[in-house]
Amino acid sequence: MSTHAAVKAKPVLSEGKKAERRLGLLLCAPAAFIMIAVTAWPIIYSFWLSLQRYDLKFPDKQEFIGLENYTAVLSSPYWWDAFGITALLTVITVVIELVLGMALALVMHRTLVGRGLVRTSALIPYGIVTVVAAFSWKYAYTPETGYLAELFGGAPLTDKASALAIIASAEIWKTTPFMALLLMAGLALVPDDMLKAAAMDGASGWQRFTKIMVPMMKPAILVALLFRTLDAFRIFDNIFVLTAGSQGTGSVSMLTYNNLIKGLNLGIGSTMSVLIFVAVAIIAFVFIKVFGTAAPGSDNGGKR
Amino acid sequence: MADIVLDKVTKKYPDGALAVQEVNLEIADGEFIILVGPSGCGKSTTLNMLAGLEDITAGELRIGGERVNEKAPKDRDIAMVFQSYALYPHMTVRENMAFPLRLAKIDDKIVDAKVAEASKILDLGQHLDRKPSNLSGGQRQRVAMGRAIVRNPKAFLMDEPLSNLDAKLRVQMRTEVSRLQKNLGTTTVYVTHDQTEAMTLGDRVVVMRGGAVQQVGSPQYLYENPANLFVAGFIGSPAMNFIPATLENGELSTALGTFPLSDKVRRMAERGRRPVREVIMGLRPEHLEDASMVEGANSSRGATFTTQVDVLESMGSDKYAYFSISGKRASSAQLDELAADVGVSDLGAGQTVARISAASRAKEGSSLDVWVDLDKIQLFDPESGKALTYSD
Repeated sequence: MSTHAAVKAKPVLSEGKKAERRLGLLLCAPAAFIMIAVTAWPIIYSFWLSLQRYDLKFPDKQEFIGLENYTAVLSSPYWWDAFGITALLTVITVVIELVLGMALALVMHRTLVGRGLVRTSALIPYGIVTVVAAFSWKYAYTPETGYLAELFGGAPLTDKASALAIIASAEIWKTTPFMALLLMAGLALVPDDMLKAAAMDGASGWQRFTKIMVPMMKPAILVALLFRTLDAFRIFDNIFVLTAGSQGTGSVSMLTYNNLIKGLNLGIGSTMSVLIFVAVAIIAFVFIKVFGTAAPGSDNGGKR
Repeated sequence: MADIVLDKVTKKYPDGALAVQEVNLEIADGEFIILVGPSGCGKSTTLNMLAGLEDITAGELRIGGERVNEKAPKDRDIAMVFQSYALYPHMTVRENMAFPLRLAKIDDKIVDAKVAEASKILDLGQHLDRKPSNLSGGQRQRVAMGRAIVRNPKAFLMDEPLSNLDAKLRVQMRTEVSRLQKNLGTTTVYVTHDQTEAMTLGDRVVVMRGGAVQQVGSPQYLYENPANLFVAGFIGSPAMNFIPATLENGELSTALGTFPLSDKVRRMAERGRRPVREVIMGLRPEHLEDASMVEGANSSRGATFTTQVDVLESMGSDKYAYFSISGKRASSAQLDELAADVGVSDLGAGQTVARISAASRAKEGSSLDVWVDLDKIQLFDPESGKALTYSD
C-alpha cells in the first residue's frame, strides 16, 4: 500500500480518510440542503424577480427587463430620500447607543451589590417586543392619550424633525442594553492588573479609560458597532408603528415594504431588497476590512 | 528614593475578614525587603496598601516621612511590577516603557533618552518596537521592570514578579533583579511565597502568617534563629525536621533515642518562662550526618543513633537520606498550616531528612549510624509554637 501511494505525485488519501470524508459530507448534506432551501433560494429568487417587470396589478405585462428596475430605483428621489433618512437614523442611534451602552456597561461591570438585579433590569427594554414598545411610545406621544405629548405640547409625531427624534429615541431605548451587554463582555477582557498598573504609572481614571480600556476593548466595540449598524440600517418596526413613514420619515425598508406588499410591485420591491442587502454587505465589508473587526467566532488574536 | 514606615497598618474587609493586622515595619532608604509567607498570609494585601490599590483600614503609612494613607497610587511616586507583568498589549515595548513618562507630560527627548537608558540596562534594545505578545516570558518580565525604573520612583513594589517564569529563567532573573536593585539603590519591597527567593534576594525578610508578622530579620538570622515553628518550617529547603520529644533532667527523649542537651541549648531552654516537658525538637537536615564521616573533634559535641535508610537521593554535592521515625508525630497548629500550604497532610511526621556527605557509603534499605549536632538542636513549645531556644 505504502509503495503504491509513494509512486503518485499528489498525496493520496488513505481508504480510512476517504471514508471519513464521505461520511462527513453525508452528515452535512441535510443541513446544507435546508440552508439552501430556506435562505439561498429566496435570495436568488428575489434577485431573479428584480430583473423582471412584475407588477401584480398588471400580471400580463411581466417580462425580463434586465437592470432597468435598478436604474429606475437608483434614479428615484424617493429611494434617495429614504436612504438619507436611514443613514441619518443609523448614525445617530448607533453613536448615542455606543456612548450610553458604554456608560451602562461600566456601571454594570462595577456594581458590587445586586449585580444580577441591575443587569436584569437594564436588559428589560431589550426583552420587550419592539412593536409593543413602539405602540406604547406612539400612545405616549399622541395628544389626548399620552403624557409625553402633553409634556412637549402639540403632536410631535406630525412634524418631521420631532418624529425622527422620537423614532431614534425609541430605537435607542430598546437597543442600548444590547450594546451594553456586548461591551460588558469586552470589559471583562481587560485584566484588573492592567488597570492597576496604569494607576501606578500615573494614569487618571479618564486616562485609564481612553488609553487602556478602549484600545483593549476595540474588538468588542467593533463587533458591537457592526451588529448595531447592520440592525439599525434595516430599521422598520418602530417607523411602521410610529409614523408609518409619513412626514418623510420612511426608511429604505419602509419604502420596500410599501412597494412590495402595498404596491404589489414584485419587480421594484425585489430590486429594493436586493439593494438593501448590498448596502448591508458593504457596511459589513467596510467594518471587517477597514476597521479590522474580527468576525465573532474566528480566533486570530495572535496575529493582530 | 525614600524610607517607608508602616505604623500598625491594618486591613479589614467590609465582611469583617482581617487580612492584615497591625503590621509595624521600618524600611530603610535603599533597602531590599522581602515579604514572604504562604498564600493568604496578607503579604499581597500589604503590598497593595503600600501601592495605594487598597485602602488602609487603620494605622499609618509614611513614605519619605510623609503620611500617604489618603493619596492615590499615581501621587505616591512608586512603581510596581506585577506577577502577570500587566504589559499593555496594544503598545510596543517602547511605548510600554514610555507610558508613565508620557502621562507625566515629560519632554519627548527626555522620554527617549530614559527609555534608551532603561532598555540598555535591561538588554531590551533590539526589542523596542515589538509588541509584548511577541516576547518571551523573560523579556516581558524585563519590560515590566523597565516600565518601573524609567521614572526613578521613590520605591519599587514587586508582586511575585518571577513566579510565571520557568525554573531556570527564574534563577537567572533572580540574580538580575538583585543586581539591578543594588545598582539603582532604590527601596524595594518584594512579595513572594518562595522561600528560596526570600533567602537569596533580600537584605531583610519579613515572614508573615495569617496577616501578622512572625519575624523580621536577615535571611541568615531567620534561618539560624527562627522565632517559632512556622518560621522554622517555612525557611529552609529541605525543611527542618520536627520530632516530638520529652525534656527531662537535661535530657531529650525522642523516638530516635535519648540525647543529652548541650550546654548552649540547655542555657537557652532553661530561660523558658515555664517548665515545659513535652517539646518539639527541630533539626536542620545538614545538622545530621553519617556518623562515619564525622571527624573526631566534632563528634564529641554530637550524639549518634542508628536508623534504617528508606530512600537515598544523591544531589551530587551531597546526599539526602530519608528515614522514618516510629511513634507519635509532632503536631502543632503552625505545622498543620505549613503542611496545608505545601499540600501534604502532615509535615511533622513521615520522613526525616539528613543531608549527609557525598562520600558516605550509606545504602537504601540498610541501616546507618546518624550523628546529631547537639549544639544546633532547636526546641519549640508545641502549644504556642514559640522557640524555646530563641534568643532575642
